[in-house]
Amino acid sequence: MEKFIIISNLIIPVIVFSTVLFGATKGISIYETFVDGAKKGIATVFDIAPTLIALMMSVYILRSSGLLDIVANLFKPITSITGFPKELVPLCIMRLVSSSASTGLLTDIFATYGPDSFMGRLASVMMSCTETVFYTMSLYFLHINIRKTRYTLAGAIISNIFGIIGAYILTLLLF
Amino acid sequence: MLNFIWGTFIIGGLVFSIITGKSDTITDSILSGGKEAISLCITMAGVISIWTGIMEIAEKSGMIKGISKKLDPILSFLFPNIPKNSVAREYIATNFTANFFGLGWASTPAGLLAMEELQKLNKKKDTASDDMCMFMIVNMSSLQLVTMNIIAYRSQYMSKNPSEIIFAGILATVVSTIAGVIFAKVMGRRNKKWKSL
Repeated sequence: MEKFIIISNLIIPVIVFSTVLFGATKGISIYETFVDGAKKGIATVFDIAPTLIALMMSVYILRSSGLLDIVANLFKPITSITGFPKELVPLCIMRLVSSSASTGLLTDIFATYGPDSFMGRLASVMMSCTETVFYTMSLYFLHINIRKTRYTLAGAIISNIFGIIGAYILTLLLF
Repeated sequence: MLNFIWGTFIIGGLVFSIITGKSDTITDSILSGGKEAISLCITMAGVISIWTGIMEIAEKSGMIKGISKKLDPILSFLFPNIPKNSVAREYIATNFTANFFGLGWASTPAGLLAMEELQKLNKKKDTASDDMCMFMIVNMSSLQLVTMNIIAYRSQYMSKNPSEIIFAGILATVVSTIAGVIFAKVMGRRNKKWKSL
């Protein structure tokens, strides 16, 4: 499906082009603004570095122990019927809990199978359409002291499951 | 929660490694995580900074604001109970737009302000209103259009075309968001029926 890959490849250039053009026509100092923004980016990345070190360390220990394979095997009834790679089951679960820990699992999949393999592409698409549910929910609801969250958790998990199913079908179809 | 997860990973992983006789690789797996994390940060810093630089231009030039104003019809559909003149709508629009472009630092404050405003409209103060449930579900359904982190990780691991997954990612994001919206609408309506009986 060449067409879709062309669209994918055009999205970032189009955003960069239209943003810079828009900024220029509005008369803001685009160069200084860009540098300011880039500074924020550097700060953000190195802010999360310690978290990333901690969680990647723990994920690597877990990974090499073989415990993840046992967790993945628990979902065998689902994975063997649907053909969904069981190696990605731990990633699906971890994604709901922590974004740094799931990054550890994702890069591990990239290192083992390569980012351009079926597994690597599916993991990439999956990570693009899911969100860390538990953290976000506790942050927002604790902020306004709400204890009964009703159907929020169910809705978030359903939407993430649909995202994973969608990612699986799309990866099969588009690549 | 992370205390529990981290502890379980490390203690469980180490104990399990010893039981299964993989003790020869333990040291390497303890130390390589940190090394990987830092080399990842270096690649990521380059890619993410370009994105945050471009997005700074989008923000300062008023482009983001312009886009969030265009969300009005969508907000009216998702949140019919919020009055037209409420600032909650503005905060929700900002949160959604910032999410589209992966501006975490802009989306969270706007999202928290939106929740405060929704709480003012809420009748039962310890229970989430339908609007809150809808807002949270859409927020957690992943709205991000271009996931720059994933592209950065892909290029770190030598992908031939790191950005090839963008379009599939956007379509999958649409799927997850629509599923969340339908669920929230159905649940909201069911509750109204119960009340009118």
